Amino acid sequence: MKKRFGLAIIVGIVATTSGCASLGVQPWERDLLAKDEMALDADSVDSGLDDHIYFSKEATSGGKAFSGGGCGCN
Amino acid sequence: MQLTQNKNISHALLAASCTLLGVTPVAQAAGNSEDGWKIDTALLLYSEQDRVSAVESVIAASKDFGDQHIFSGKLVIDTLTGSSASGAVPQDKVQTFTRPSGNGQYQIEANTLPLDDTFHDTRVQLNAQWTQPVMENTRVSSGVHFSKEYDYLSLAVNASLARDFNNKNTTVSAGFSYANDTIDPEGGRPVGFSGMVINQGQFSSEDAYKNAFDLTRQDGSDTKSTLDLMFGLTQTINRRMIMQLNYGFSKVDGYLTDPFKVLSVVDQSGTSVNTLYENRPDNRTKHNIFVQGKYAFDSGVADVSYRFATDDWDIDSHTVDSKFRFNLSDNSYLQPHVRFYQQSAANFYQPFLTQADPLPAFATADYRLGEMTAFTLGLKYGMTLESGNELAFRVEYYQQNPKNNGTPLPGQLQQQDLFPSVKALMAQVSYSF
Repeated sequence: MKKRFGLAIIVGIVATTSGCASLGVQPWERDLLAKDEMALDADSVDSGLDDHIYFSKEATSGGKAFSGGGCGCN
Repeated sequence: MQLTQNKNISHALLAASCTLLGVTPVAQAAGNSEDGWKIDTALLLYSEQDRVSAVESVIAASKDFGDQHIFSGKLVIDTLTGSSASGAVPQDKVQTFTRPSGNGQYQIEANTLPLDDTFHDTRVQLNAQWTQPVMENTRVSSGVHFSKEYDYLSLAVNASLARDFNNKNTTVSAGFSYANDTIDPEGGRPVGFSGMVINQGQFSSEDAYKNAFDLTRQDGSDTKSTLDLMFGLTQTINRRMIMQLNYGFSKVDGYLTDPFKVLSVVDQSGTSVNTLYENRPDNRTKHNIFVQGKYAFDSGVADVSYRFATDDWDIDSHTVDSKFRFNLSDNSYLQPHVRFYQQSAANFYQPFLTQADPLPAFATADYRLGEMTAFTLGLKYGMTLESGNELAFRVEYYQQNPKNNGTPLPGQLQQQDLFPSVKALMAQVSYSF
């Protein structure tokens, strides 16, 4: 499992970074990306509340943001 | 116009990079009040069928002091009340348990999963975060976190660095968070695997019972430290699509046992002969990968993410989360939400202990560390008011389906539901100005 996980990280990083140079937009093409709802954490208050619920009800936390610390609920 | 658009772009970029850093910028874009403060408020009601209820209120504020020098802060207050599965198995007769504090008892009806109904707590959480550029295309962010419950204190600091490349189409970041938690449960922390002392008239006095109970307890508080490292990459794919990839590492050391959880010891007929307090390892190392993609349609946004997590307790989990926003008009939208979660059991999870087997080094019957699937279905309706302020309503249904991890059930336990589903409803109102 650990090996598979390491491989997945490497493949993911290599695939993403090697593709980066040819990807992207010019500054004047950011009309859609600049919209509030396209921000990666558009619903940050919702996410914060959800993360707290799932943190206390499930064995895994974090991923999008730091998982550390928090409450005595788990 | 150009100025406004540039501002929006820089805000969007900042939001993207902050997300990546695990920092939550409390929304910078629309609806800023005249003095530059952006305030988000929310009230959430969470209610499980027959179990825990919670009310959570949030007020978050952020302000750009110029040139992307941004402060954000958040205050969360929540109250928790209700019952939680103790870890003991249901039986064909009434069971009596001692409350975690040692003061008093509670009884569980026959053929009913034992729930400990003593949960009642209020938690206050404060976060503050400062983000600013340090050189061209590079930002630094650092913050503090404080969270206090009656028997629990959590303090954390975080810092991260993000740098843009490739015409700001690529952002690379690295960050850390260090948390120190202190736990001091009422009645003390149980000695791992000590037997629950239940006063059924066998003690000559209340003091004799109290002495026996105290022998199962450790004095003073204990601590837990958590170090999180996160490395992220955000990439603009094209005019409509942006992607994020995070790798997270987490090392937790200290008191990881849940002082309120127990295991039943059963004989060959599945009858409970004793109840022991659980005992977990004192460290845990976790890894996770998180991938998120957002796509802008002409009349909405698709937001899909996947997380894989694994740790040295042998818990592997998969989470798929998706939100689809449909703009109903220029100032209102509907957003369905679907989430699916699946986890394997910790290597020391077992639904009960058996009298015939020697005691393992560690064990928990907490279903949250057992095999489980869960799903969430939700719907959000949001609107922008004439004032520019935003109002939104959200309802969600969450269901957990714990599963047996392959443990054979002796005797009467075959007639009991050891792995009942947990069903919860959430309702939320949000207002931003």
